[in-house]
Amino acid sequence: MTEQMPIPAARAPDPRVQAIIKLAILAVGGQGGGVLTGWIEDLARANGYDAQATSVAGVAQRTGATIYYIEMAPASGRVPVFSLAPSAGDVDILIAAEMMEAGRAIIRGFVTPDRTVLIASTHRMLAVSEKMVPGDGIADADAVRAAAEVAAARLIMADFEATAVRSGSVISAALFGALAASGALPFPRAAFEDAIRASGKGVEPSLRAFAAGFEAASAGAAPAAAAKAAMPAAPPAPQGPKALMAAWAALEARAAAYPAPAADMARRGLAKVVDFQDAAYGAEYLDALDRVRAADSAAQGWVLTREAAKYLANAMAYDDVIRVADLKTRPGRTARVRAEMGAKSDTVMAVTEYFHPRAEEIVGLLPAAMGARWQADPRRMALLDRLFNRGRRLRSDGLPAFLALWLIGGLRGWRRRTLRHAEEAAHRSAWLARALSLAGRDYGLAVEVIRCRRLIKGYSDTHARGLSKFDRVMDGIALVEGRPDAADWARRLREAALQDEGGKALEGAIATIRSFV
Amino acid sequence: MAERSFKAEVAHLRKGAGDTFTGEGILAITKALLENGVGYVGGYQGAPISHLMDVLADAEDLLSELGVRFEANASEAAAAAMLAASVHYPIRGAVTFKGSVGVNVASDALANLASSGVTGGALVIVGEDYGEGSSIMQERSHAFAMKSQFWLLDPRPNLPSIVKAVGDGFALSEASNTPVMMMVRIRSCHVTGSFACRDNVRPQLTVREALSAPRKDFARVVLPPMSYQHEQDKVKVRWPAAERFIVENGLNERFGPATAPVGIVVQGGMYNGVIRALQRLGLADIHGDTAVPLYVLNVTYPLVASEFLDFCAGKDAVLVVEEGQPEFIEQQLSTFLYRAKSLVQLHGKDIFPMAGELTGKVMLDAVTAFLKRAAPQMLPAQVVAPNAPAPPIPDLTKTVPIRPPGFCTGCPERPIFAAMKLVERELGQHQISADIGCHLFASLPPFEIGGQTMGYGLGPASNAAFDGGGAKRAISILGDGGFWHNGLSSSIGNMVFNKADALTIIVDNYYSAATGGQDIPSSRADNPTKATQHPISRAVRGVGVEWVRQIDRTYDVKRMRDTIREALTTPEKGPKVIVASSECMLNRQRREKPQRAAAIKAGQRVEVPRFGVDEDVCTGDHACIRLSGCPSLGLKRLDDPLRDDPVAHIDQTCVGCGNCGEVADAAVLCPSFYEARVVHNPGRLEAWWARLSARVIAALQARRAARRLSFGAAG
Repeated sequence: MTEQMPIPAARAPDPRVQAIIKLAILAVGGQGGGVLTGWIEDLARANGYDAQATSVAGVAQRTGATIYYIEMAPASGRVPVFSLAPSAGDVDILIAAEMMEAGRAIIRGFVTPDRTVLIASTHRMLAVSEKMVPGDGIADADAVRAAAEVAAARLIMADFEATAVRSGSVISAALFGALAASGALPFPRAAFEDAIRASGKGVEPSLRAFAAGFEAASAGAAPAAAAKAAMPAAPPAPQGPKALMAAWAALEARAAAYPAPAADMARRGLAKVVDFQDAAYGAEYLDALDRVRAADSAAQGWVLTREAAKYLANAMAYDDVIRVADLKTRPGRTARVRAEMGAKSDTVMAVTEYFHPRAEEIVGLLPAAMGARWQADPRRMALLDRLFNRGRRLRSDGLPAFLALWLIGGLRGWRRRTLRHAEEAAHRSAWLARALSLAGRDYGLAVEVIRCRRLIKGYSDTHARGLSKFDRVMDGIALVEGRPDAADWARRLREAALQDEGGKALEGAIATIRSFV
Repeated sequence: MAERSFKAEVAHLRKGAGDTFTGEGILAITKALLENGVGYVGGYQGAPISHLMDVLADAEDLLSELGVRFEANASEAAAAAMLAASVHYPIRGAVTFKGSVGVNVASDALANLASSGVTGGALVIVGEDYGEGSSIMQERSHAFAMKSQFWLLDPRPNLPSIVKAVGDGFALSEASNTPVMMMVRIRSCHVTGSFACRDNVRPQLTVREALSAPRKDFARVVLPPMSYQHEQDKVKVRWPAAERFIVENGLNERFGPATAPVGIVVQGGMYNGVIRALQRLGLADIHGDTAVPLYVLNVTYPLVASEFLDFCAGKDAVLVVEEGQPEFIEQQLSTFLYRAKSLVQLHGKDIFPMAGELTGKVMLDAVTAFLKRAAPQMLPAQVVAPNAPAPPIPDLTKTVPIRPPGFCTGCPERPIFAAMKLVERELGQHQISADIGCHLFASLPPFEIGGQTMGYGLGPASNAAFDGGGAKRAISILGDGGFWHNGLSSSIGNMVFNKADALTIIVDNYYSAATGGQDIPSSRADNPTKATQHPISRAVRGVGVEWVRQIDRTYDVKRMRDTIREALTTPEKGPKVIVASSECMLNRQRREKPQRAAAIKAGQRVEVPRFGVDEDVCTGDHACIRLSGCPSLGLKRLDDPLRDDPVAHIDQTCVGCGNCGEVADAAVLCPSFYEARVVHNPGRLEAWWARLSARVIAALQARRAARRLSFGAAG
């Protein structure tokens, strides 16, 4: 190894250096990047290439971003000097086993227009920072796709995760298929399959996923068109007895008569509240929405009406015990759980529900006046907590628990008399009244007030936190009311409230407002 | 049993002369140890050399055939101390651990070993955990070699060079009576390649044989006056002997033309990076034949002045390629030049960044900058005057989220931290100190528990200032690995001794999990060569802790929460210790999955649990995720214009650990979680009853559906 070769200082670059194929794999720990690396290495060696692979293992394997790197060159009898790590601007093939990892590869300069074939799976494994946001914190995959289209010499994108799962295997095999389909390595398809066979582990499922990945990559060569979000599904159609269907038809006609920008949302909202309660409740919904429409106009594009159609429905179909019990005992739910678990209709399956009722939920079911009295009495609330407040695990596939849930779900007729209903109705009408009172003076602000309903969601503590955020945002809105940029501030307050659980961002936004009002 | 099994690969360790070995760097090192007649091996796991420990453990049969003793040491200090066997006996010994933290822990023993000097070759294989993928503070092990004066090898990162370095290391150690440290970086541990094998060699003297003829030498003991003599011996005898050996055996290498105006001095481990930069500049060919002379330091300590000055002779400028800081090598080489009154220009950290990994881009830029300055005529035209810039690529740095490592799907540590989060809501924030191990991931979102880590087994010790107690008790976390490594004495024992009014939660997941699932004394598995099943709670009571709570199912979030609350609020003084035990899910799945598949195939009744979310019940607040962060608990966008926020969704990777349901219950979240247990091969009675129940349920559902309006799939 210590031979010294006198070489002239000036000479032409070695064309064999250009022939080195450099391949990097960016994956998330646990995706099988090591297996994929092993296949590629074996493939290269079996086909007359020298190859070298490296990886960065360690704690990165615990669900963190990981990177594998392979270099190969035609064997010449003398071992080439390969690099141990990919270098920005010097990668021929980049395999990203997840969409944001493709983005990370682009950031790190591993995808360049002069040379890189980018093979990326479009599925998402959300990072914790994306998931924990109370609102919608999911990163923008379209931005990554747009950047990939600029950065890659050639782009192969498909949901290889779904492809692999459908084949009963894991993503590494599907990506290996995509690599074969890309033609970026100078080996025939059969050689790839031989590498899988030679590994001897889980060969059949891997070969199936390989074939599926190969096909998906061949089909998905022009990815941009397929990515466009599909139109939302058609509004749900009702089922029910004839008399009720007639009542529905009348309501639906009223909804259809709304101005075009709001009609679809009104139709969906109507379905939601009727599903929640009954046709009479649907009529109530449309009555309230009519009042909004009266304060709205075509000149404003019917935005207020459309937004009210959406949030009024959500407000009216609030989350109470009756609704949860109802949703959990419907026939469609049973089918959905089975589909989700991949269980056939005759497979025995035990389903456990996790309930934790508190005194608040119990008084919520009492008649309004009585419930209010109990709620005001801490001793009675403590008694209820003692009786009811504990986690209850109900086997909803068994008769006793199902029957209990079914009976609670059947309390819809009783619902309108309950304390919870009275509270929800009062809160709702105050909110709506506030929006309507603003509509004439500051239309934009009225729309924002309607949209603030998004803040109220969840159960128990989460629900209480949502209500408190709603109140704080409403107070903040009161501060800016009358200013020309009030609507903009209201939007910022709401977005801030959705950023974190504790409401730090919201506090900051309110502090900013206080600094200038 | 470790996470990764090397049983198949270990067969290759039996290869002999004439065979070719192809595989990973780690295995090559093991093979080299056997070819060089090693007598005992040991170490402590940790990336990037965890797999070396795993290979050794899996190769125990072969090792004992050869008379080689394998010891799974308690810590890096214990591993280094084991090299004491080479002080008096002519037995070659090798231990391995990660740098720089392992060297930190081992430094006491290493310093004593270096002072005593060795008779048999003593080799420390250090996995230098620096740069991308590293899980520790960014430091160099190099400083330890300098301060205690043991030699440091940094071989070129290919299998033949690494294998050769092992043999060179033993020989150098014996020739200079000095322990030798061989450094392998993360990627060289996992790099693949081939080398020509030699036959395995039995140690000339085995440790068993040595026990029959004990030796001692008063002059080797680190006590005055011998310790003074050791220092003189190091400088006057061992060092010159080492330099002689290095030069005579050509341990360092030179490549390229004998004469040129410039040259590059490079740590062996950086060689491939430099060659790649030269290849890209058209100054080296595919095999590394270079137009720029290279002086490759396979031995980075000590540096040999004569060799270096000889390389510099006739050159105008020399570049030093050295990763990390401080730039010890560059400083030493500068001194050599200065003392020799040389006019050669020395470049290094003036061109390279002082801190951080020398990635491909950094290397290319620095070598280019050096040549532009020192020998521009060597550079191709387009480097001197580049073409038009490439089209700008959209900036994604604001789009792409960071993805740090975290708890695995179904991890038993998750519910512990969910419970801590719930207690925090009741009692407010506490002073929390973490340790080393998987549990440290809790300091990241969503839990954000714990704000410090001071070393392995030192979690409770690092809270010692707060041991006196106060309005709120300090909490520390300790993993089972850290507990046995150092925690029992340094942390728990001293909590007792100092009457600490504080809480320690010991996370007992049955393995040294973060390093790859190696067994430790409290592991539950039967291990043929190790004594396992020593309960941590007994050890804790043994050192005098009175208040001990053992929790055998961490997934019981309510119990976990109540126990932590009790520990923080009980009037009882003194240390409180909660041992929270549940098996590492990664290892459990690896163990149980094949068993389960076999049982299902054999027609036995098996329940397979998984969780789900009712998407029409979930309101999209994600409170559950803020108490979990499980990879299988993600989000799903609904195809419904009425809904704004994505709802929680559990994918098919869920292992049904139960955390979601427990947390939903304990934190009183929403009722949208359900657990579905698919029953394989149910009994006849069971199947009949399930059919009957389903029929009654369907009848009830149909009855209601006939009397109401219901919509779409939700119906």
